[in-house]
Amino acid sequence: MIGFLLKRREPQIFAAILVLIALISTRFPGFAAPANLAEVFNDTAILIVLALGQMAVILTRCIDLSVAANLALSGMIVALLNAAHPDLPLAVLILVALVSGLLLGAINGLLVWKVGIPSIVVTLGTLAVYRGVIFLLAGGAWVNAHQMSAVFLNMPRSVILGLPVLAWTGVLIVALGVLVIRYTGFGRALYAVGGNPVAAVYAGLDVGRTQFLAFCLSGLLSGLCGYFWVSRYAVAYVDVANGFELDVIAACVIGGVSIGGGIGSVAGTVLGAIFLGVIKNALPVVNISPFWQMAISGSVIIIAVVFNARAEKKRGRLILKQARTAS
Amino acid sequence: MSHSAFTLVRPDARPTTSPTLAPEPSTEPGKRPLLTMTGISKSFPGVRALNGVTLDLYSGEVTALIGENGAGKSTLVKILTGIYQPDEGEIVIEGRPTLLPGAQAATEAGIAAIHQETVLFDELTVAENIYIGHQPRTRLGLIDWAIMNRNAARVLDELEARIDPTMRLKDLGIAQRHLVAIGRALSVHSRIVIMDEPTAALSHKEVEELYHVVERLKAGDRAILFISHKFEEVFRLADRYTVFRDGSVVGAGEMADVKSADLVRMMVGRSVDQVFPKTDVAIGPTVMQVRGFSHPTEFADISFDLHRGEILGIYGLVGAGRSEFAQALFGITRPSAGTVTIEGKPVTIRRPSDAIGAGLVYVPEERGRHGAVLPMSIAANIGMASLGRTSKAGFLDLARECQLARTYAERLELRASALNQPVGTLSGGNQQKVVIGKWLATEPRIIVLDEPTKGIDIGSKAAVHAFMSELAGAGLSVVMISSELPEVLGMADRILVMREGRMAGILARTNATPEKLVNLATGNETGAAA
Repeated sequence: MIGFLLKRREPQIFAAILVLIALISTRFPGFAAPANLAEVFNDTAILIVLALGQMAVILTRCIDLSVAANLALSGMIVALLNAAHPDLPLAVLILVALVSGLLLGAINGLLVWKVGIPSIVVTLGTLAVYRGVIFLLAGGAWVNAHQMSAVFLNMPRSVILGLPVLAWTGVLIVALGVLVIRYTGFGRALYAVGGNPVAAVYAGLDVGRTQFLAFCLSGLLSGLCGYFWVSRYAVAYVDVANGFELDVIAACVIGGVSIGGGIGSVAGTVLGAIFLGVIKNALPVVNISPFWQMAISGSVIIIAVVFNARAEKKRGRLILKQARTAS
Repeated sequence: MSHSAFTLVRPDARPTTSPTLAPEPSTEPGKRPLLTMTGISKSFPGVRALNGVTLDLYSGEVTALIGENGAGKSTLVKILTGIYQPDEGEIVIEGRPTLLPGAQAATEAGIAAIHQETVLFDELTVAENIYIGHQPRTRLGLIDWAIMNRNAARVLDELEARIDPTMRLKDLGIAQRHLVAIGRALSVHSRIVIMDEPTAALSHKEVEELYHVVERLKAGDRAILFISHKFEEVFRLADRYTVFRDGSVVGAGEMADVKSADLVRMMVGRSVDQVFPKTDVAIGPTVMQVRGFSHPTEFADISFDLHRGEILGIYGLVGAGRSEFAQALFGITRPSAGTVTIEGKPVTIRRPSDAIGAGLVYVPEERGRHGAVLPMSIAANIGMASLGRTSKAGFLDLARECQLARTYAERLELRASALNQPVGTLSGGNQQKVVIGKWLATEPRIIVLDEPTKGIDIGSKAAVHAFMSELAGAGLSVVMISSELPEVLGMADRILVMREGRMAGILARTNATPEKLVNLATGNETGAAA
């Protein structure tokens, strides 16, 4: 049982997070206080949600580099709508953000599925396009807090049962993520398609369609996060969340999602995102410059990849052994 | 390019390093082989692939290596090219015992292999492909393009190949690619050239060109090992032959002394009783009718009926289009014409899920690579093709899936500690069971098995055969694609033989003999009368 725990990725990251928090507490005792940890979680909620969408995409052997651009564009659309029509109910705005995100994700998915372009190329392209569209929509202008309605700004912050709505949304999405990944044919297909595309085809699963749906899911969640981001930081402009896609992918990788597809778990991804969140929140507290933060985040990613590679090498050996007996 | 310096070294070396040539009559007393393999054995877990094999290659001669699939030809090639190490035996080149611990050593020993699917680089030029790994350098250590192109042109000239060395490989046809691969062998001054079914993918005209190249290589005093299924080309090209069966040499000699009927007899002369024969099952009504099934390039006009409880064998040489036919039937590729009727209803199969829905499943040949998703659990793998049935209102019923998995794991005697164990942690044989369990879990009416016993040992083969009988007994219809004559003859109620994408005939088991099948599959005229 202990050996099993050591082999699994999730307990490893969980332990790493605990060690990290303990280390930070030695220099800043308040860090481990429940209120502060809740704050860290709230701050990480968007990363968690995006990372879950990204995980679905990476499981199918694709990658979505456009999540942050999608977030920024969807966020800009709702910010502009809110500024122009302050009376529109918030539910409508959130629906608009979801639909916008879904459509942008579907564009990625269709290009991958029907046109057959590698996802890294597709999303590198749409990343730039989506940012460009923000500029066109807003004419390069910012939408600031004073242009946004109170409801629009306050919803994510309102506290229910001790946690802000944003954090609760994160919890809800994680729960839905577990449900979809574990208890639906789509969730199963994600693993099959990425783990062995040929076998998936033979089993009657549609590889392209599954990838398309993964991009739609990633887009949908990006749209949702678009609203939350704009509302939380009370501003929308072209460069919102610039480069955030790298944090999202990093969270997946740290959480044990294999870039080669087919391996990963909701728990691992969530923990990977929290790990990054703790680092980002802690380093300023203990007075480490932002540049060190980047270096540390980067190193963590590489260490995580080395771990993944070792785990996969073991798997590779098994395949080789089998191939030799088969010949 | 005068490396004709490798005339036979027959100095004071050793008296004879090739003592026990099986039935080989030492033709010319002075003629000694360039390469001799003696007593070569090689085993893999559960399989003895080569058993005390002896082979001689002479410079300026073509030796044909003949045998059924799985007879050990590929293993021998891998030993000669340094990929496998023999368990026993000796390789002597020019009188010197030689070890070939790796591909590099084989190249240095002057051995080059041209494979069925040549391993070349599409995006590089012809010259780069020929000289990859040993490009001529300038004094500064940079690649000397001028010399490389000039040398490549010279190598291609020797093959009388009209190919511009600066062309990119992707712009060449298959035959020209072969020439480039052969050119690569020449560029490293190979004296021993192994050609593994080089004509498998060539058109008639291209084959003629290749024959010509082989003649050129012979004229260049090289020893050629020519592996082929096709008697026509063996008789046309080879000076000597060696026949493998079940990892042993069953015949060797000069082509002048042998007829094709003799070769067939040597190839297939195996007792059929080592397979587990099909138990008698009452053959029921027609389950599936296939009519005029065709593909734009791979096969044409396949028609047959399949009955309940029947095992239909599909026999043919590698490349005859059997797997391609099965894959089109299963909806992986699109046929160009033809109809399929299952239980009286015409069915349109556009994708595998349609086939599975119609009760038809296909178990691919490479079950390890194409069948299992290794990181996924046993239960998830077994349930993978039955997601529709294990879901309720869009949600998976994990308990139901687990029950399904348990049923088939028990039925197939799967050895695993838990059903949530990743399939990647199982042994190869147990992985195969998971894959088969996945298909049975869909409760098919028709199951197509592609080479069900390829690469497994005799004991497991019997288990697979027993299992197939059980399936037929349970009322399934089985289509078994197989290249192994004993298996086809022992298991199939009827045998459909394919040759070059077409049906060469359908025989009832009572009517079939090894010779008939081989003759149908190879298009050997001498046997057509038999």
